[in-house]
Amino acid sequence: MADFEPLLTRRYGVENSHRIDVAERHGVYQTARKALTTMGPEQLREEVKKGSIRGRGGAGFPAGVKWGFLAPKPDEKVYLVVNADESEPGTFKDRTIMMEDPHRLLEGMLITCRAIGAHTAWIYVRGELSRCIERLDDAIAEARAKGYVGARPFGVNHPIDIYTHSGAGAYICGEETALLNSLEGRRGEPRLKPPFPANKGAFDMPTIVNNVETVTQVADIIEKGGEAWCNLSRLAPRDGGTRLYGLSGHVKTPGVYEAPVGITMRELIEDLGGGMLHEDRPLKGVIPGGSSTPVLRPDRLVDAPAEDHPLHAWHGKSEIDVPMGVDTYRALGTMLGTTCAIVMDSSVNMVEATRNLMKFYKHESCGQCTPCREGSGWFVDVLDNLAAGRGRPEDVDLLVDIANNVMGNTICAFAEGMAMPLLGMVRQFREEFVEAGKRGLRDTRMDKSVVALLRGGAA
Amino acid sequence: MAFALTPEREKQVEELLTHYPTKRACCLPLLWLCQRQNGWVSPEVIDYVADRLSLSTAVVKGVVTFYTMFFEHPVAPNVVWVCRTLSCDLRGGKVIQEHLEDRLGCRAGETSPDGKFTLLKAECLAGCGQAPMVQINDDYHEDLTIEKLDGIIDELEAKTASPTASASHESSAAGGQ
Repeated sequence: MADFEPLLTRRYGVENSHRIDVAERHGVYQTARKALTTMGPEQLREEVKKGSIRGRGGAGFPAGVKWGFLAPKPDEKVYLVVNADESEPGTFKDRTIMMEDPHRLLEGMLITCRAIGAHTAWIYVRGELSRCIERLDDAIAEARAKGYVGARPFGVNHPIDIYTHSGAGAYICGEETALLNSLEGRRGEPRLKPPFPANKGAFDMPTIVNNVETVTQVADIIEKGGEAWCNLSRLAPRDGGTRLYGLSGHVKTPGVYEAPVGITMRELIEDLGGGMLHEDRPLKGVIPGGSSTPVLRPDRLVDAPAEDHPLHAWHGKSEIDVPMGVDTYRALGTMLGTTCAIVMDSSVNMVEATRNLMKFYKHESCGQCTPCREGSGWFVDVLDNLAAGRGRPEDVDLLVDIANNVMGNTICAFAEGMAMPLLGMVRQFREEFVEAGKRGLRDTRMDKSVVALLRGGAA
Repeated sequence: MAFALTPEREKQVEELLTHYPTKRACCLPLLWLCQRQNGWVSPEVIDYVADRLSLSTAVVKGVVTFYTMFFEHPVAPNVVWVCRTLSCDLRGGKVIQEHLEDRLGCRAGETSPDGKFTLLKAECLAGCGQAPMVQINDDYHEDLTIEKLDGIIDELEAKTASPTASASHESSAAGGQ
């Protein structure tokens, strides 16, 4: 990755990068000025389409295509809502943009508003991130004082107002229609679709909901030109650009890193993460892009002998040597998600890891749909039994049965986001579940050496 | 006694109302303002918000109960959220929780006997790369060791006056995780 020029992270670490004078000295708002004063909305949308940016919130839907679904009637207002509800376990990248480069996010929003014909935009930030909200509010005030936000941004007759909106602790509000309900002052329960937000979103108006990173990268795309930006990716032209990667768990240097789209998980862990935390404990499994993405195993090989298989080029190689792209990862039976990986070494018991995640989903299910509300509780009950030695080997089939009964039977994708990683764990580490059914888990604490680490001693 | 916002906060409400096309959309921001002033969302706060936004109290109560960050019971001046989701647990989240329970003399979900701290378990707080971590009031404390955590708690302990006047803070029912 030596030849790679950072875009998203280029102002990270610059002193006071969140202040408008510093940000402007480092190039922020030049692209918005150019975009608003010299380019029309159609041209902006065309560039973003050429950039082939797959949404960074986890679903990987092409942002340019999403924008294309807008078809406002003459009396309708179009709204932009930025999804900053970053709550997917393992994911902590958008926070860095809001703290380190809030003006670039605002710049991306100004361009996006122009491109989609929006005059009002909200940034929906999870309630826990109150420091990010303060920072964004300060940035908006600075940009408003300069006239970039307000009646005539850069002298152009396209009024744009930007506001923050604080959530109050609910993972489900990252689901775009739950987010819209929460924005409207309601319980954050997902809506039935259709209608999709592009037709009927916030306050019943056509609305585009985009992730923080996606919107920020709109500025990068316009700055570099759609095609040039797309080609920064190793998977161009289908999956363009650079993106933020996150690493947590058992690596030497966890954190957020920028790299081209299409690096491999092995590169992420070894080159960016500095390798495994303990030399004597090899990688056992990695959850590639947030807790809802099924786990990968380094010792599992890609099985794609057919020449027309999308992964044929990696036939016989380890799963972690496949380039990280929306389509390649789907073909692998997992999902790219947010490319924030949770790395687990050989000390981790996968039943315990699964139990931890299912507790999360049980707590966060909104409770609207019976299969999800009850299924999440069943997962935890069965896994608790397995951990406590009250389980049976055939409980592993019970887990699969529950998963198959929640998927596809609910209003939103939460149920899939919960059941798919469970099925992935069972598929990849079935023997551990059966073993727990026979003997239980001897120690449910995940890793004893962390006690030593936390007390300042050697592991 | 009926709840009322301070005149300065009331001004903020007027401003907030201009941010949205409907009054109802102010429900969450208004609840936040009230909680910042009152410490928790009391039944009087719910009455006030319902009245201010022309909603029924049932609707407002429904919103309050949906979100984990609105406190339905009084909490201590320092609310400690300890993240227990996978990334933190891989790096010792459980150890952090147990240490806090010993140190504060209360279990997760309860308020310490001196009334200064409420300890709550949290689901992923998006601090995974700096695990283990806790959130205390508005601030994230990351890359924790026991020593670092003790230093933070020492400081807060010294800074916080003993809330003897408000016996209600002893109530241990905050959070309901």
